[in-house]
Amino acid sequence: MYAPEKADFEFISDRDITVDENFASQGYWKGVAVHFFRNKFAVTGLILVTVIILFALFAPVVSNYAYDEIVAITDSSGKEITAKSLSPQFAGDGAQNFSDRTFLFGTDDMGRDLWTRTWQGARVSLIIAFVAIFIDMLIGTSYGLISGYFGGVVDNVLQRFIEIAGSIPTLVIISILAIFMEKGIGLVIASLLITEWIGMSKIARAECLKLKEREYVLASRTLGAGSFHIIFKQILPNTIGPIITQVMFSIPVAIFTEAFLSFVGVGIVLPQCSIGSLIEAGFNNITILPYQILPPICVLAILMLGFNLIGDGFREALAPKLEDM
Amino acid sequence: MKKYIAKRILISVLTLFIIVFVLFVLIRIMPGDPFPVERMSAEMILQKREELGLNKPILVQFADYMSLLASGSFGNGTSLYNGAPIKPILMACLWNSFKIGVISILFGTAVGLAIGIVAALNRGKFLDGFCTLVSILGVCIPSYVFMIFLQYFFSYKIPFFPYFFDPLNFMASSIMPALSLSLFAISTIARFTRNEMIEVMNSDYVKLAEAKGLYGFELIRKHVLRNALIPIVTVIAPLVVSLLTGAMVIEKIYGINGVGKLMVDAIAGQGVDYNYVLALSIVFSALYIGAMLVLDILYGIIDPRIRLAKKEG
Repeated sequence: MYAPEKADFEFISDRDITVDENFASQGYWKGVAVHFFRNKFAVTGLILVTVIILFALFAPVVSNYAYDEIVAITDSSGKEITAKSLSPQFAGDGAQNFSDRTFLFGTDDMGRDLWTRTWQGARVSLIIAFVAIFIDMLIGTSYGLISGYFGGVVDNVLQRFIEIAGSIPTLVIISILAIFMEKGIGLVIASLLITEWIGMSKIARAECLKLKEREYVLASRTLGAGSFHIIFKQILPNTIGPIITQVMFSIPVAIFTEAFLSFVGVGIVLPQCSIGSLIEAGFNNITILPYQILPPICVLAILMLGFNLIGDGFREALAPKLEDM
Repeated sequence: MKKYIAKRILISVLTLFIIVFVLFVLIRIMPGDPFPVERMSAEMILQKREELGLNKPILVQFADYMSLLASGSFGNGTSLYNGAPIKPILMACLWNSFKIGVISILFGTAVGLAIGIVAALNRGKFLDGFCTLVSILGVCIPSYVFMIFLQYFFSYKIPFFPYFFDPLNFMASSIMPALSLSLFAISTIARFTRNEMIEVMNSDYVKLAEAKGLYGFELIRKHVLRNALIPIVTVIAPLVVSLLTGAMVIEKIYGINGVGKLMVDAIAGQGVDYNYVLALSIVFSALYIGAMLVLDILYGIIDPRIRLAKKEG
């Protein structure tokens, strides 16, 4: 039998293909990006979140104090005292003239600098949120894709499990975990891991059910691709949009959960700090030192707002309505 | 419809049973001892374990616990309230939480609906902007932060409301916690109502109704609101859950003797009280599953299409 060689084929240039240059086609992600950045609210959210992340990254590093350092200052008579419960003061503010030290947000009742602690707390809260939601994304997406792709008995079993797991209130899961585990970052991350993947998997499953009927999946299967190749190489890339949207909405939930747990007293333990533990500390002193509670609350509110705006913007950019085009 | 309701109830009861079993096993296999090891001798602990039936096989213990539950009791606490029976304390706390929870859900739904409807009818005008502002506030400020502010300004700076919850002065002291708990409900429901209303108002059947000469209140009530309400029922279920979580912190802040505070005491106090945690977990799960069940059935009543689809399926 004759085997065709390279020389047998002739390249008939691309002269007949015309590219419309006036209305050039856009890549999928480029289109999403254009829509996203055209949305004022989404960009505002992005700026807010970026500013907080930058401060959380760099402020504790460049600060004069460590977040758990109890600062000593010299008072007017030249005595060394701990800088307990100072109200916010700025350089050159003569009201509380303790040498040349500045405490932008004041100090807490132990004498630690609240500026450093606020940003360290933001850092801890963000790390918790990112780590937990990232793992949730991996678990939830795989679970949902496998459940949706195989269907039948597999889907049935996996979905019944989710139904039962989903009808346990988050509060109950957290309480059970709280008696199983040591208080601290681990507990917060674990409770987020157990609760947040369910929403993620539901979205991945719905997307998978839509996509698995497409021709390209059929083509791939005809060519002999295995199930896992199809799920993770063919279907997964097309579900990324909705999943990222869900991630954007999950991150504020995670930050909020951390704040809630630490406030109740099963989250971050001293001298570590997070947004939640700072709000709790501020709340305990609110009648005497009301300024202490403001910085963590503002950071929390800005983060929640920012991530929600980004999520909204992303959702709209993925499925632009005709009127917005 | 009856068959559908019966099936839903059966599934809910089954789910609850599985959850109770899992919770029970989890708490029993927990490492460590429920007794203060440093204050009790080994023999005393052994005797106490025998007394409480902790040496029996776990399934037997579970059967015992279920018969205890069936007789309407939750057993005794191990460390909180000196081992007194759980049920009367739990019921008192539940009643306190329930009153405030119901007030805030009703208030939140009513105000949220009102704001959403007004915003949808005045789309793009000042009142619409107000609706957006409320929903943004509700999303980015946790209810307990709002509570802290209310307490600071209206109880401490201007002593208008009691600083802590006072059961004897229920009306005055439940306003602030109910208001802060309902903030999230208001914002979610307002946003949903507005979007749903706008969608329905742009639909063909409303245009047809308008073309036939229907206008004003009749149009809104008969054609717009009824169809816009359906998806709103779905957001109330997650709200009930967030209410539980929110109530936990607000009860701590405001010193309300509620189930949230009881749970915090049981898990974050000096000694963890396993029996309280178990009892509270069961109550929370039952409440949650019950709420889902009611909403599911409500959904079928509001929207005949769902009822019919479920009947066929």
